[in-house]
Amino acid sequence: MMLRIGRLLGVLFGLVGLWQCIVWMTGAAHFILPSPSHVAAAWLRYDILILTHSITTATEIILGLLSGAVLGIVSALSLAYFRPARLWLMPVLVASQAIPVFALAPILVLWLGYGMVSKIAMAMLIIYFPVTTAFYDGLRRADPGLLELAQTMSAGRWATLCHVRVPGALPALASGLRVATAVAPIGAVVGEWVGSSAGLGHFMLLSNARMQVDVMFAALVTLAVLSVTLYSIVDTLLRRMIPWSPDTHPADD
Amino acid sequence: MPIQISPPSVQVLGARVAFGTVALFDGLDFDVPSGKWTCILGPSGVGKSTLLRVILGLEDGGGKTVVSCSDGLPLAPRAAFMAQRDMLFPWLSVLQNVTLGERLRGGDVNAGATRSRALNLLARVGLADAAEKLPNALSGGMRQRVALARTLMEDRPVLLMDEPFASLDAITRLRLQTLAAELLCDRTVLLVTHDPLEALRLGHRIHVLSGSPAYLDAGLEPPGNPPRSIGDPAILTMQGELLHQLDRAATA
Repeated sequence: MMLRIGRLLGVLFGLVGLWQCIVWMTGAAHFILPSPSHVAAAWLRYDILILTHSITTATEIILGLLSGAVLGIVSALSLAYFRPARLWLMPVLVASQAIPVFALAPILVLWLGYGMVSKIAMAMLIIYFPVTTAFYDGLRRADPGLLELAQTMSAGRWATLCHVRVPGALPALASGLRVATAVAPIGAVVGEWVGSSAGLGHFMLLSNARMQVDVMFAALVTLAVLSVTLYSIVDTLLRRMIPWSPDTHPADD
Repeated sequence: MPIQISPPSVQVLGARVAFGTVALFDGLDFDVPSGKWTCILGPSGVGKSTLLRVILGLEDGGGKTVVSCSDGLPLAPRAAFMAQRDMLFPWLSVLQNVTLGERLRGGDVNAGATRSRALNLLARVGLADAAEKLPNALSGGMRQRVALARTLMEDRPVLLMDEPFASLDAITRLRLQTLAAELLCDRTVLLVTHDPLEALRLGHRIHVLSGSPAYLDAGLEPPGNPPRSIGDPAILTMQGELLHQLDRAATA
């Protein structure tokens, strides 16, 4: 744990150092590329405001993640178990990814308003596909040996789903949820850019309009920290929930 | 333990499996006598495993295979299956794996009777201490012993085994063979294997499956009761003969 934190700090210092070096070498004006110290000062100047907006964005991301995960899991189960669902839902699923969220964002804001709901819907939409496809793939790739064993033990369809297919698909679902956690902030922030009254995206939009590039960077850094924290929490939880899944690393071979 | 009436014998008539136009076997007839171990010995790829799967109904035999039991009831719900791979569920503990059948049929796996019977069976295969472990913490031999305990837990009168000891080292294999022979001495067992010594140790009756399409020979009955000693000269002589027979079948 200490080692992990140490490594994280090392990466952080490296990135900040690189950033500072670029500022020195290019001599960029502070309204083009503000130095780390400028950004830190801007953060401290607006700390309460940034934190308030962060809470809004974090809430949108988490609620979007939860609802998208539930929707994705339900979709994957229906895809796997009902033939009509496979025929009718699959095109919808693919279409939901073919249309860029950036194009959908204005419509969603128009329909669902400037509040959180439109952003939650955006995050949900963007994570729906990775969760559904990952879990659906996992359900389809259940170990045939285990399925046959269940059959010889007179297991019904429902028991086979609950005790063989779903547990076997959990590692795949976990992969989908990891991707979802990483991309969910995109949905929320894009929604905020398009139209909102709160959130880090909204705050960045205002700072941008006022040419407060350092403040914008402060918000951006906060968003990055938020995303990384969320990802590591989700990753740790998933690992705890699936302790039996082999966790080997190619680098150790 | 429930009082056992003698297990049914199983009759297989006209077993047929074809991939495309090539028949693995066609019109195989044989009996698996009640309460005895019947071994089917054959080289890899001859269709031994497929035959078992057809009998169990896991593979479609083209609808031509007739499997019947001496008491007239269907076989599938009364047959337990033990495969070459241990097929332990990686997310269930050893104890939960042993009570898997109960779990899948919606029974109460935490009921006192079920639990104590499972623990008792684990003790008999020498794994009383491993009950709460996950399968990936066990060695191959231990995992196969859990699979054996799970098979016994099902307490079914008929057992079909598909090279259940093939992936184990020699010593573990001998021990597990002895254990299985003792624990399953009153069941109707059909064991397929490519190992003549295994068949000779365990089988009351041994058939050789060979050729293409494959056919079964008349079978032989080694003297004495299983599990037979590997040091017995008669057994070793028979092993030599069976190996010759398999060799001839492979080159024919």
